[in-house]
Amino acid sequence: MIELANISKTFKVAKRTGGFGEAVKSLFRREVTYVHALDGVSFTVGDGEMVGYIGPNGAGKSSTVKVMSGILTPDSGECVIDGLCPWKDRKAHVKNIGVVFGQRSQLWWDVPVIDSFELIRDIYAVPEAVYLRNRNRLAEMLDLGELLKTPARQLSLGQRMRCEIAASLLHDPKILFLDEPTIGLDAVSKIAVRDFIRELNRDRKTTVILTTHDMQDIEALAERILLIGKGRILLDGTLEQLKHRNTGEKKLTVEYTGGTLPTMDGLTLLHRQSGRAELSVDPGILSVSDAIAALSGQVEITDLSVQGMDTEELVVSLYREFRI
Amino acid sequence: MKLYFRYFSIHLKSLMQYKASFLLLTVGQFITSFSAFLGIYFLMSRFHTVNGFALHEVLLFFAVTLMAFSLAECFARGFDVFPSMLGNGEFDRILLRPIHPVFQVIASKMEFSRVGRLLQAVLTFALAIGGGEVQWRWDKILLLVLMIFSGAVFFAALFVVGASFSFFSTEGLEVMNIFTDGGREFGRYPLSVYGKEMLRFYTFIVPMALFQYYPMLYILGRSENPWLCAAPLGILVFLLPVSLVWKLGVRHYRSTGS
Repeated sequence: MIELANISKTFKVAKRTGGFGEAVKSLFRREVTYVHALDGVSFTVGDGEMVGYIGPNGAGKSSTVKVMSGILTPDSGECVIDGLCPWKDRKAHVKNIGVVFGQRSQLWWDVPVIDSFELIRDIYAVPEAVYLRNRNRLAEMLDLGELLKTPARQLSLGQRMRCEIAASLLHDPKILFLDEPTIGLDAVSKIAVRDFIRELNRDRKTTVILTTHDMQDIEALAERILLIGKGRILLDGTLEQLKHRNTGEKKLTVEYTGGTLPTMDGLTLLHRQSGRAELSVDPGILSVSDAIAALSGQVEITDLSVQGMDTEELVVSLYREFRI
Repeated sequence: MKLYFRYFSIHLKSLMQYKASFLLLTVGQFITSFSAFLGIYFLMSRFHTVNGFALHEVLLFFAVTLMAFSLAECFARGFDVFPSMLGNGEFDRILLRPIHPVFQVIASKMEFSRVGRLLQAVLTFALAIGGGEVQWRWDKILLLVLMIFSGAVFFAALFVVGASFSFFSTEGLEVMNIFTDGGREFGRYPLSVYGKEMLRFYTFIVPMALFQYYPMLYILGRSENPWLCAAPLGILVFLLPVSLVWKLGVRHYRSTGS
């Protein structure tokens, strides 16, 4: 059980502009701005849930994960995870969690992966029998096999990520935090990682919290979505509910010649490129047929298609809706 | 302790990947500190005494400092490169593990190439002891070991202070090198050489004299005051503010973006 209540964290950032003169000036007088990385974040995640945590860059995703994993101490607010406070009971807490940072490694670079695994076993004091069972199970599920004998620096990104995930699960954590686990992976590796996470959640009831920019991750994994922007939780619901929110919102793809596209309430331009435009229509304000009529009144339509929103666009429209 | 050897073996394995570079570094380290030793030797061959201390006596001061420093460097090297651990987010990982961060920083970097310097210190000891007229009794030998040990703790503590500063300013403060590397350089000679003010500074502010100077007076028979033997223990007092500074730093930690 993860409970966050009113977590806030402010960073002090020295303001600087370019140029040598400015750099010298900043030696003597620094202008400081305050960035509210987290601004009263509250949510609850139950055992065995799988939550997708989304938001644009700099919205506070990583900061939240760092607070929950005991790396960052927030300025104010409460956080209780399985009865422990991450930053106060750090040592006890981190035994219950596994963390994968997509952009950082926890494997020792120059030695075979299996040596890193054994060191992690000793760090977490995992009993030998449990370690062997977990290692063999993970090696089989993630298809590690020969990779275990390879030095980490010789692995491809996808291979390394599979090893990273295995490394963070050797001590049987109840909660797994994944910070952009599929970043930079090819399609095959992405699917392997996703399948594994889903299995882990289903079979072992591991709570999974996943931050990502990859909407396919969200679609494949997250039953529940938390949207964060500017340090605040903006939305909390299932993917279905979110889609429902924007229910009926349709996307028009138009190929046209001549004229300019009409602007009117309920019609938003998503994307335009030489004679081809994507528009979204909000049927609450404007019916699709009216929109098409307006379009054909202004431009010469050569091709037209109408679709519902997919996840990617849903998120873009959410970002736009909340101005983040 | 078992865990430390685990780390130790993984570092050794990593090292084996780069054998040539290890050998060259070790030889380089040896030569650098050997030149320092030659400096003292030539100086003494001209003047015979420095501030009333003969060559073999000065060498003893030099050897204690060098030994303490290279031991500290061997084991607490992680703190020396700590700013980069903060910069690249390695410290995040450290905080995610159920072991004390100080231990992990110590274990995260081991400098086997410092063996060159260690060897140098052993040689200097051999010269100093072989050429001197010190009456070596068991209590003096024990005291010498205590001096080296507390000296290593002292330098390690300095590394920790420097590391803690880097929590506040992303780049480590060069100022700390005045005390770490500078301390090593000053420690080549008895600290009283530099005058009363400096000796006071190195007694009360940066208490290097507690292991390098005062107990050595007892060993060399310049003073019979047995309390001088207890001076190295004064380093323990120094650890108190050091651990406070470290704790303050960890609380101030703000991680990096990713």
